[in-house]
Parts: sequence; structure tokens; C-alpha cells
Amino acid sequence: MNAGDRTTTIINLGPQHPSTHGVLRVVLELDGEFVVNARPDIGFLHRGIEKLSESRTYHQIIVLTDRLDYLAAMSNNLAYVLTIEKLLGIEAPKRAQYVRVILAELQRIASHLFWLGTHAHDLGAMTPLFYCLREREQILDIFDAVAGSRLTPSFMRIGGLASDINREFPQKVSSFVSEFASRVDEYETLLSENPIWLSRTKGIGVLPQEEYLDLGLSGPLVRAAGINWDIRKSEPYSSYADFDFAVPQGSAGDVFDRYLVRIKEMRESAKIIKQAVEGLPEGLWADFNSPAIFPPKSDTKKDIASLIRHFNLVMEGIKAPTGEVYHSIEAPRGELGFYIVSNGSVMPLRLKVRPPSFVNLQGLARMTQGRMLSDVVGIIGSIDIVLAEVDR
Amino acid sequence: MKLALLREKLGDLMTDADEFRGELTIYVDKKDILPVCRILKDQLFFNYLSDLCGVDYWPQTPRFCVVYHLYSFPRNHRLRVKVFLNEECADVDSVTAIWAAADWHERECFDLLGIRFANHPDLRRILLPDDFSGHPLRKDYPLEGKQ
Repeated sequence: MNAGDRTTTIINLGPQHPSTHGVLRVVLELDGEFVVNARPDIGFLHRGIEKLSESRTYHQIIVLTDRLDYLAAMSNNLAYVLTIEKLLGIEAPKRAQYVRVILAELQRIASHLFWLGTHAHDLGAMTPLFYCLREREQILDIFDAVAGSRLTPSFMRIGGLASDINREFPQKVSSFVSEFASRVDEYETLLSENPIWLSRTKGIGVLPQEEYLDLGLSGPLVRAAGINWDIRKSEPYSSYADFDFAVPQGSAGDVFDRYLVRIKEMRESAKIIKQAVEGLPEGLWADFNSPAIFPPKSDTKKDIASLIRHFNLVMEGIKAPTGEVYHSIEAPRGELGFYIVSNGSVMPLRLKVRPPSFVNLQGLARMTQGRMLSDVVGIIGSIDIVLAEVDR
Repeated sequence: MKLALLREKLGDLMTDADEFRGELTIYVDKKDILPVCRILKDQLFFNYLSDLCGVDYWPQTPRFCVVYHLYSFPRNHRLRVKVFLNEECADVDSVTAIWAAADWHERECFDLLGIRFANHPDLRRILLPDDFSGHPLRKDYPLEGKQ
């Protein structure tokens, strides 16, 4: 292909390439080893989750949200149930809100760990992956014990949680977070001053300051560029205002700063979890006064009214008021929002996911322009995409 | 976000407004979408397009609606803008020149609902293959079947 007076080469990166982290195809136009243009081609994993949601009741959609960003299923659950709670005008009890925070922050750590391990692996560092997966496994074990599932827990419910946490949960979580800070130190000894890591990440993937917001980027990507925006702080939900934590920021906005921001975020998440476990209020795990909430399972075996309510919720569902709501949370990858249009029936008229990965991936073309081919792998990794969420 | 301020800045460009669960929605005529978005960005600090999507209200008329979710960093508030479109002329001006983020959102909206965005730099299908026929998020498109 001719670009001006020089001949360029077109190559495919993906869809079967280990460092695309899923089925992403990037059509690269190269001038020698330099990228002239990068065109992401997505949709290989499109399952029509938004279409499917229009024929499911509000409760049934919870399991679909797990399958959006499978590395942060708890965050998806949380964003969705908060949106429906806003639509219905109900609020989960304080205990449920704290447990949700613990689970969402554990999920953030697990997601960042997986990102760190695979990203380092892409750039030639083999060891961090083993370290990261070791701790991630502990988190998944906690999820398994509380929800009965590791990757797709579907543990949150409209108005609260599926059940109360088990007795060992607070102690398990505490022992995990108390050791976690030293584990993060271990990852840092492997990478933060490693000359190979520095030379592959410093000064790469930077955008002009004004383009971050113009392109709609969010999450660690914008914080690495020194933009102080975290939805947990700017529009606190689920009792985040009760906790004391910092919003780590970078300055250069390069791949290295994105690494540092995520490392610091994991430390902050551990602090939030510690506070939430210590301050965990007693009480119920769901707002059982609301007709939209499933009664406790044990009650359905004892009294007929609970059984009928359970039956009605399963067979019919919740009739939500007519209206529309948008609610977003700070997911590990950025602003994760749900927009729901209700026409008063038991199913949404329209459900739109605002996926952070999809929007962040839009920045890839600009970030890679003029960079070397070898940097593209690092930049894709630093955006931290999950293709299941990009394609929905 | 104060409704009075919006009224003052937008005047007749805003056809209607409502509030539900603390979220403000304004309605705009499709011919006015560019001037309205320009004012919202330049004078009311809505510098971030969170989301853009289409809704199909079939069998009601007007059938389609394009929904813009805006966020203002300096003011920390949100706003929803809605534009209704008839089935016969389901097209609206692209806002990519105002917020670059609209690019993929508008392509997705075109892909899944068949709403066309005038002056979009590259209006192609994004999630579905190029040879796919139909727009699956339309309400008259079957949920199951083969193509």
C-alpha cells in the first residue's frame, strides 16, 4: 500500500494472538517497524446480551451481567443492581452495602492482579504471573465460599445480597488483606525498578492531555495522566463515602504510570476492605420489606405468604415503574454504567451497558500512532480490555 | 444541574424536560442537536460524553430515540439528552466533531438499530459482520433464528 512516497505494509495482530487478551483483531498499517495506523476490529464475541435482556425479567438479567466482564463479575453485578434499585426507589441495608464494597474491592484486586500478571508476561516477564495468580486464587476461593462460584458469582440481588455472608467470611477476608500489602511489595521488587520493564513501558502510549476526556476514556487510564476522577469519590454509591482512601494518580500517562496507578489502587482497595470488615454493621442482608425482594429461602418453607411471593417473583417478576435511569460505578476498568428504560412491564424496554473496555479501546489508534510495532503489545495490555465486555 | 439555567441557555432549542429519580432529561428536536450539544459543551461545561445509544419504541411513533448521557467534570453533574426520530427518516447529525468519544457509540447504534448519523467520519458496522442483514436490536427483529 502506498502512503505518500513510501510503501506501507498491512498486518493483522490477532484475532488469534496471545497478547490481544481475547479475540481482538487489530489491522496495523506499518511503515517499516513504525505504526502509521491501527484499526481495531471487534465483535467476534458479540452475544447480543442487550437484546437478550429485553426478554428477561429484572432478576434473570443478573446472571447475564456476570458474563460481560468476566474478570470483574462482582462489579457488573453491583452496577446492575444499583441501577435497578434506583429505578425502583429502594436501597439495600447498610450491612449489604458494606459486603458489596468488600466484594467489589476484592474483585478490583483480583482483576488488577490478572491484568498485572498477563501484561508483564506480554512484555517478557514470566514470574509476576505466577505471583499474581497465587493471590487471585485466594480471592476466588473467598468468592467460592460465599457465593458458590468463582468467576460468575451472581451473588448480588436487587435490594441486597443472595444470602448473608457465612461466619468465616470476615476472618478469611481480614487474613487475606493483612498479608496482601507485603505481596504487592513482592510484585514491585520484580518490576518497578527492572530496567527491561522500564524501557518497555516508560514514555509509551501517551495522549495529549485534552484527548483523554474527549475520547471518553475512564478509570486508571485517565488517573495515570493526572486527571483526578474516581466515581467512588465524585458520586459515591454503596456507602463509599464512609471509607477513607486515596485516589492514586500518575503524571506522564504512559504505560508505566498506568502500572503504578493500578499497583497503588490495589493497596488502597485493601485499605477499604479492612475498614469495611472492621465496621461491618449487623442486620439484614436485604431489604425484605420491599415487594421486589425475594423472601429468605427458609421462610418459603414455613409460611405460605413467603412462598407465594417467591412464586410470583419467579413466574412474573417485578413490575418496575415507568421511567428511565442511568447509574455508573467505578469498575476496575473505568466507568461501568447501565441505562435502563422501563415501560412499566416486568422486562426492560431497553438495557444499555456503558462498557469501559469498549470506550477505552477507542483510544488505541491514537496511542499507537507513530510508535514501534513492539510497543503496540504493551499499549493494548495497558488499556486493560476484556473482550467479552467490549463485544457484549 | 438547574433546569432554569438550561432554559436560559437553550431557550426554544429545548422542547421539553423532565426529572425522574433525580436525573434530568431534556428533549431536543433532531435539527437542533448540533447547536444544543455545542452550547452544552462550551457554555455549560459538559465536556464528557459518557454514553450514546439508541432506543426502539416500536410500535409507538416516533419510533426511534437517540439518547446522549453527558457528564460535566468541572461541575460534577450529569444530563440526559433525547432526540426522537421517525422510522422513515431515522438519521441525525453526528456529534463526533464535539466529542470524539461518539465515534464508536454511533457506529454501534447504526449497527444494531439502523439509525444513520450524518457526517460521521466512518459509519460502518462495528460489532456485527459487514455482510449481516438487518439490525437486531430493533423490536421487530426476532430473538432467535439463523441468518
